[in-house]
Amino acid sequence: MRMWGFCRGLGLAGRIKMIRWLRKDAAVAWLFLIPSGVGFSLFYLIPFAQGVFQSFMEGTGDSQAVSLSHYSELIASGSFKKAAFNTFYFSAVSVPIMIVVSLGLAMLLNKNLYFRKWLRTAYVMPLVVPVASIILIWQILFDWNGSLNLWLSYLGKSRVDWMKTDAARYVVIVIYIWKNIGYNIILFLAGLQQIPKDYYETAQVEGAGRFWQLRSITLVYLTSTLFFVTIMSIINSFKVFRETYLIAGAYPHDSIYMLQHYMNNMFMELDIQKLTAAAAMMALGILIIVMVLFGVERRHRRSME
Amino acid sequence: MRVRLTLVKIVLTIVMCVFAVLLLFPIGITFINSLTTKQEIELNYGPIGRINETVVGREMPFVNLKLMPDLVSLEQYGEVLVNSPKFLMMFWNSVFLVLPIIAGQVFVASLAAYALSKLNFRGRDALFFAYLLTMLMPFQVTLVPNYMMADRLGLLNSPSAIILPGIFAAFGVFMLRQFMLHIPYAYIEAAKIDGASHLRIFYTIILPMVKPGLSALVILLFVDYWNMVEQPLIFLDDPFKQPLSVYLSNVNEGQRGVAFAASALYMAPMVLLYLYAESYFIEGVQLSGIKG
Repeated sequence: MRMWGFCRGLGLAGRIKMIRWLRKDAAVAWLFLIPSGVGFSLFYLIPFAQGVFQSFMEGTGDSQAVSLSHYSELIASGSFKKAAFNTFYFSAVSVPIMIVVSLGLAMLLNKNLYFRKWLRTAYVMPLVVPVASIILIWQILFDWNGSLNLWLSYLGKSRVDWMKTDAARYVVIVIYIWKNIGYNIILFLAGLQQIPKDYYETAQVEGAGRFWQLRSITLVYLTSTLFFVTIMSIINSFKVFRETYLIAGAYPHDSIYMLQHYMNNMFMELDIQKLTAAAAMMALGILIIVMVLFGVERRHRRSME
Repeated sequence: MRVRLTLVKIVLTIVMCVFAVLLLFPIGITFINSLTTKQEIELNYGPIGRINETVVGREMPFVNLKLMPDLVSLEQYGEVLVNSPKFLMMFWNSVFLVLPIIAGQVFVASLAAYALSKLNFRGRDALFFAYLLTMLMPFQVTLVPNYMMADRLGLLNSPSAIILPGIFAAFGVFMLRQFMLHIPYAYIEAAKIDGASHLRIFYTIILPMVKPGLSALVILLFVDYWNMVEQPLIFLDDPFKQPLSVYLSNVNEGQRGVAFAASALYMAPMVLLYLYAESYFIEGVQLSGIKG
């Protein structure tokens, strides 16, 4: 009896201790968050909120009024529409291509090949190469007098002005894939290595085809990796602006004129309100995409359980 | 059967090697060209950017992409390192922009990531979502906020205008949080029972365990900021404060003769850092990508 009481007392003390810890957790958490949180709010959250607020305002000083004029101007603007379409189109085309190609390569690399480690190094290498130092090579390849046109002429085809026709779009997709494929490959490799091998063995014993294995084992168990890869690929598809800008400048060919070009140029023209309106719309677009991705992932996870 | 398997393996390896060579091609060409004389570079790549022009009545020739220079020389390196003080100056500009950003972000982000992954508090998920969303935004979306803040704090035309937003960018928080989710809670429980404070737990248990994550973050940040172009062009008016990435994009137009050596020197720190920390980097990236 006495023993029991002793035990219960300890349990209670332990529980109180736990509650105290939990209470402390929140306080400690905010302490850990202060450095990042203050800077993050100061440089990102607060000014962004202010900017969005400003984008709904018209006029200056005392005569300010709420209005949607910046947004209606924006939507009416041809170059904004072009830029928005191009940005969306670029991500919508290049991200799926990227995912399919890198998943394919990761699956091959996951097989017992020779020089696996070396191959992996080679695939990741473009990621760490600064693009500013690669621009010259792209010029050598894609210039009017460049190597690609030389090789085309061997085949008896006429030259293409790669950066100043619709072909520019595909050049940028190639650059994007070249640069980011290694990152996705190592992410997929990690996901693939987590799938237990005996799933495939069982499937083989039961006579399942390769396609069935891909669809019902590989892709199912890769879902969370796929989700992560998709998010990273979308970010990286926005970052390809840097390369485009270095190669083709502030006003490139129409087919690769992105929202980032538009916003950059608005900034240079000091049209800040239009720029913030465009930024707010792009942020909204990204928010919607992320919500959809999260929704899909959550639904998938539920169907797995 | 075994012979067939080996054959398949060889063929696949060859295919993958071809692909690897294609990916490494631009790097290799940069290096090879950096060992070529200025004269030969002009000769080989002079036709770049001259559309529908003619030379002495004849059509412009194609560029001459060579895999071996006629004459191997270190002339370009000499020119870049000795004769153009601008290169070295901008190299150091890059270093002094990138190092504080990396050090600052790693410090700030690892603290925040600990709170977001291992501590329970209200609003945690919402806060994390804010970080995630900001991380997804292209630079131009946060350009105006950053610019306004820099202007208000009087930081324009000073490196701090780039360094401070860099330190507080969301990527590090996101990546380290993903990584820390893998650390079993039991470690923290055990340390708590021994009476360790959270700061101590963070310092002696968590940090050593996230070493691969930190390495991956350092490399990814290095790549990103070593490469930055938009920020310096907007925040720094003074050409003497510009980093090397901006210098290179100019050099590409004007002095093609030394551009390859400049490029090679510019990419060298990145490539060496990567090769040095490759296994950590890969482990770090991989663990940040899979759910614990």
